[in-house]
Amino acid sequence: MKNANFENAGRGELNLSQPTHDALLISFSGSWKMGNALPPAEKVIEGMEASSTIRRIAFDTQNLTGWDSGLLAFLIKVIDQCSQRTLMVDKTGLPHGVQRLLALASAVPERAGARKETTQEPFLSRVGTATIELGRSLPEVLAFIGEAFMAFLKLFTGKARFQRQDLWVILQQTGVQALPIVSLISLLVGLILAFVGAVQLRMFGAQIYVADLVGIGMVRVLGAVMTGVIMAGRTGAAFAGELGTMQVNEEIDALRTLGIPPMEFLVLPRMLALMLMMPLLCLYADLMGLLGGLIVGVGMLNLNLMEYINETQSAVTLTNLWIGIFHGGVFGVLVALSGCLRGMQCGRSASAVGQATTSAVVTGIVCIVIATAIITLICEVLGI
Amino acid sequence: MNQPVPVPHIIVKDLTMAYGDFVLQRDMNFVVNRGDIFIIMGGSGCGKTTLMRHLVGLKEPARGQVFYGEVSFWESDKEEQERIMRQIGILYQSGALWSSMTLAENIALPLREYTDLNEAAIREIASLKLSLVGLKGFEDFYPSEISGGMRKRAGLARAMALDPEILFFDELSAGLDPISARLLDDLVLEIRESLGSTIVVVTHELASIFAIGNNSIYLDAEAKTIIARGNPRKLLEESQNPIVRRFLTRGEQKV
Repeated sequence: MKNANFENAGRGELNLSQPTHDALLISFSGSWKMGNALPPAEKVIEGMEASSTIRRIAFDTQNLTGWDSGLLAFLIKVIDQCSQRTLMVDKTGLPHGVQRLLALASAVPERAGARKETTQEPFLSRVGTATIELGRSLPEVLAFIGEAFMAFLKLFTGKARFQRQDLWVILQQTGVQALPIVSLISLLVGLILAFVGAVQLRMFGAQIYVADLVGIGMVRVLGAVMTGVIMAGRTGAAFAGELGTMQVNEEIDALRTLGIPPMEFLVLPRMLALMLMMPLLCLYADLMGLLGGLIVGVGMLNLNLMEYINETQSAVTLTNLWIGIFHGGVFGVLVALSGCLRGMQCGRSASAVGQATTSAVVTGIVCIVIATAIITLICEVLGI
Repeated sequence: MNQPVPVPHIIVKDLTMAYGDFVLQRDMNFVVNRGDIFIIMGGSGCGKTTLMRHLVGLKEPARGQVFYGEVSFWESDKEEQERIMRQIGILYQSGALWSSMTLAENIALPLREYTDLNEAAIREIASLKLSLVGLKGFEDFYPSEISGGMRKRAGLARAMALDPEILFFDELSAGLDPISARLLDDLVLEIRESLGSTIVVVTHELASIFAIGNNSIYLDAEAKTIIARGNPRKLLEESQNPIVRRFLTRGEQKV
């Protein structure tokens, strides 16, 4: 019941008076709690300025029914103003607890130079800083690639230090567990490709060439690219998140101080697993894509099943298949590299882990697209 | 001096804690009075932190009840539970500051959620809380930029953000140097004196236990229940239980 009254009171009141010509008495009444309607400290400051004879501030809290940090914050502001005006503050009128807390709040002086200055940087200087940062990050990336390469050399001489069972677990995560999503996406891409092609080719009565379009398109590039994008979003992000969280929890420092290079222990098995699994997934995606094309060809274009298969066989040469699998292997390296790189670069906060994952996916996909362009160009020049 | 009549604040009745089939502690009964500094002590792995999680509403008991005043926490509806939880401030073992926010923002978040103060007032209160724990001027620092002891104190400032009636401290002084630990103990005493809060501390730091505690329970992992209770200093003098004696004397008195 008492509590209900308190909450109903809901207001803190303030009264200023001048019992003697040099003293200002601040009388508090009502409930001075956070969230209640409290008078602003400016009212007291006005009172101080109203009379030039005031040398002393005193408090009266006999009608105060309740207080919390709301009162404290108010008092600190008033006392601050008083010390600026070299007025004496008499705290004896305040409740015992308030006096102790005020003493506690001023017990540790502000450490000089601790406060950060917030300055608005001009646009051009921000652009400049970002450019310099970009230039600085390049050697970092190169160093990472170099270290990864050294780790692989160690692997071939049998000196790399990582746990074999880790590799198996990662192989499972990056391989088998990715099959459902890879099946779905590549089947649908095969279907879409066949649909789009069918609309155009039907105009020439050349429906049968849908088999060529889907076969070469999927096997040579699209199967690998789709798998690459899926794996960048799925596994690249997972790598970055995992390594980033380990960075936050100082687990990577713990490995380093034990003399276990995180490059070999964490990055190597992940890269190895993805490099082994990507070509296989890519092969599987090709198959699912062909199946998608076949469904449209036989189901919608009324092509004969055997006819479709024969056309696909004659169109898709082994060279196309090798190029597709080569794509897959390259994407595997790129996705694993970008995932692990961003994970290892991660800062030490929860949001840094988020940034690392985002950046891993973005880097992965950008790398995949650029690599595809380069490989296609090289194939064009070499005439394969 | 007249002792005020103790008013029960938290009442624990027949509480049994379990993870699945594994019973951690059973049939615990104790009362935390208003204004107490109540110590939950015991060896590692006896369920101290788990007991705290039960008290603050993070984990439902396998059996038994926790009363806040007259209200049984686990039998209340969601709204009532939230109201009770808002009167509780918790300092977690490692501070548990939100790493993507500055210290001031860490303290401001509960204020922004549960009061209708304006931004300027929130900022003032956040500065006030930081100055109470001796961190004046560190408003714009991120938790990763300050030391472990400072993080603990900042965690304390956040726990006090809403002027809670009850403060829970998990491993108050673990991982701090003796002087910082002592200062933190003094701070806790000061807060109890000035704000009149009820304070529950989970710890096994003997120095702290004797310095601040005025009531305690000892959880034993073997007996799976409370085997001693009362003022820790009195326990040291009077307890006949060999396990408690060994704990309170750092194993110097052999059984």
